Amino acid sequence: MKKFSKVLALCLALVMVVGCLTACGEKTPDEPAAENIKVALICLHGDSSTYDKNFIDAFKLACENKGLTADDYTIVTDIPEDTACYDQAADLAETYDLIFADSFGHESHMIKAAQEFPEVEFCHATGTRAHTENLPNFHNAFASIYEGRYLAGVAAGMKLVELYGDDEGKVSDENAKIGYVGAFPYAEVISGYTSFYLGAKSIVENATMEVRYTNSWYDETAEKTTALALIDAGCKLISQHADSWGAPTACEEKNIPNVSYNGSTEEKAPNTFIIASRINWAPYFEYIIDCVQNDKAIDTDWTGTLATGSVEITALGAAAAEGTQDKLDEVKKGLQDGTIKVFDCSTFTVDGEELTSFIADVDDAGDYKPETEVVETENGITFVNESAKRSAPYFNVIIDGITAVTE
Amino acid sequence: MKKNKSIQKEPFVRIVKRDNIKLPKIILIYSIAIVGGLLLSGLISVLFSEKGIGDFFQSLFTGAFGSERKFWLLLQDTSLLLGTSMALLPAFKMKFWNLGGNGQILVSCLSAIACMFYLGGKVSDSVIILLMFFASVIAGALWAVIPAIFKAKFNTNESLFTLMMNYIATGLVSLCITIWVKSGSGVLAPIAYGNIPEIGNKYLLPIILFVLITVFMYIYLRSAKHGYEISVVGESINTAKYVGIKVDKVIIRTMLLSGAIAGLVGFILAGSINHTISTASANNMGFTGIMATWLASFNPLLIMLTSFFITFISKGMVEVRKTFMFTNDSISNIVVGIVYFAIIICSFFINYKLVFRKKEKEEIKK
Repeated sequence: MKKFSKVLALCLALVMVVGCLTACGEKTPDEPAAENIKVALICLHGDSSTYDKNFIDAFKLACENKGLTADDYTIVTDIPEDTACYDQAADLAETYDLIFADSFGHESHMIKAAQEFPEVEFCHATGTRAHTENLPNFHNAFASIYEGRYLAGVAAGMKLVELYGDDEGKVSDENAKIGYVGAFPYAEVISGYTSFYLGAKSIVENATMEVRYTNSWYDETAEKTTALALIDAGCKLISQHADSWGAPTACEEKNIPNVSYNGSTEEKAPNTFIIASRINWAPYFEYIIDCVQNDKAIDTDWTGTLATGSVEITALGAAAAEGTQDKLDEVKKGLQDGTIKVFDCSTFTVDGEELTSFIADVDDAGDYKPETEVVETENGITFVNESAKRSAPYFNVIIDGITAVTE
Repeated sequence: MKKNKSIQKEPFVRIVKRDNIKLPKIILIYSIAIVGGLLLSGLISVLFSEKGIGDFFQSLFTGAFGSERKFWLLLQDTSLLLGTSMALLPAFKMKFWNLGGNGQILVSCLSAIACMFYLGGKVSDSVIILLMFFASVIAGALWAVIPAIFKAKFNTNESLFTLMMNYIATGLVSLCITIWVKSGSGVLAPIAYGNIPEIGNKYLLPIILFVLITVFMYIYLRSAKHGYEISVVGESINTAKYVGIKVDKVIIRTMLLSGAIAGLVGFILAGSINHTISTASANNMGFTGIMATWLASFNPLLIMLTSFFITFISKGMVEVRKTFMFTNDSISNIVVGIVYFAIIICSFFINYKLVFRKKEKEEIKK
């Protein structure tokens, strides 16, 4: 056995060394900079996660639109939020000019790589630290997705009215209950479900919403069981901020209408899918590729909007209520010209009182201490100005009408 | 004989136990299995993309050896898997099916991170690191010894017990992150305190540590009295009892050692590599380690090879996915599965051979 192991070791070592030599020998020569750039995308999961799929599709589209061939871009999936992310980013930085990572937990590791490779641009979605790090080659990006959520909420409200409304369009309290599967009790999630709720509330005045967290960004089983539990608790419509197919499939099984996120889930839930909001990352990808191609500086903190095409709602599903599209067009117009504000303080209360001041934790120094006033008044509307002080959301108040169950 | 034959037809193929197979033949069988498995995997990958089989092998090797950084990472990750396998090995030798490697690594990692989180900035780093070391080794040993005590005293099923301990560990990590991260993002940023200093470069410490552990384990199992007791308990508990070995004591002692080594892996992950924790921090090594241990037929020196090979395949497949534009890991999982399967099949051919029925003509000639 001993001799055998030695010989086997030798053989394998030989195979490996030969492999190494061939591999090292065929290393690609240094690319000339300027127009011929190489870009890379790092994803937390693969395209089986709706969240990552949204980035992957947009990235491919943007690369093609910008004339990059398959040799000029690459996608690395299933990179966890630990040192493996730094290792991957640093490895890519040796051959790529622009590296983008898609998950919140990648941020610290991307910053570390950005410090080590000052000549490479590092961009990161959903992060919070670019505006305080002062690194010229590290950038954050997000979108005013709360506007998309609000629109999705309007479609949800329309559906409740269609299903349960009386002659005047009133829905009983019992039937006006919405369920929401959240990932974590984190600002991005809270801001998302609050805007969704406010959208629904703009149609169904007495709407209430129960939120339950899975404490995971991606856990198909937990998302499904949470959705089923919400349905059992009497929720008449479900929406979610979680990345798997869990909630949509649960709704399809129970025939409960579902408002989705990150993209249409109609293919697996044809009878219950109403609408989905999503961030279209293609405009941002095109923007950063353009910047690197032309040696322009990339914004430290970039917030996509309805106008940049970053905030999108999908086509309505077959289950959507009649007249939804017209209503959505009308609200969308209002959002764009500023006559409708999502976090309009006159439309909601916190502990029974109207919100007049809200200090948010915009500068993420790791101390969790809020420092920036974000309630503003514009065109006579007092509202929480979300995603204005930095791209990642910071609205994290539980407003009246929403019950959030932390499990 | 002849008479018999006229009555009963010889089966077309028979399985015959090999008596003594020669080393070159073993190597030949293994090489065919690995190369065959990889070729089949390559063909499957090619089927789903526009790239060729050459690209598959090139990427496979580039992913593992393509740059100095990649090579060091390959060695580092190999050493972590090796460490995990060394933790599992004594338990397996004893036929104690410890499926709790992940949980043992996670709790020890969590204990080390807790030291960093609560003491960071308050006491000196060397004190923190010392505490982290003891905390993780003790936590790992504790996580392993609980099922061992139940096995020894009440004869509970250790596979289920250790498996359940994994879920508790994951839950604990999740709970601590929820408490520690007040923004609710569920992501603990790397902690700057209690980071184990580099020796030479940042990859070297785990490599040296786990090679030393392997040498220790080799001697422990081969030459120490403890090692002998473990193998006797593994062979037959009744024999062990008959020759006067205290089986309960051996089970508990061995699992303490097993958990302590898993604790070292957690200590290195927390203090030297990640400085943070998530529910996925164990990187599923508790199960991959079983594969490495089993493929090597419980031989510590061979485990070095199998962990290297497994890490090589997983690193290589990351590059293959990049080159082939596979945007999820399903294909890599298939590939890894095929290669393992090929290796497992070949262990059958080392112990047995197929004998086909001789052709009629030959018999007539006779």
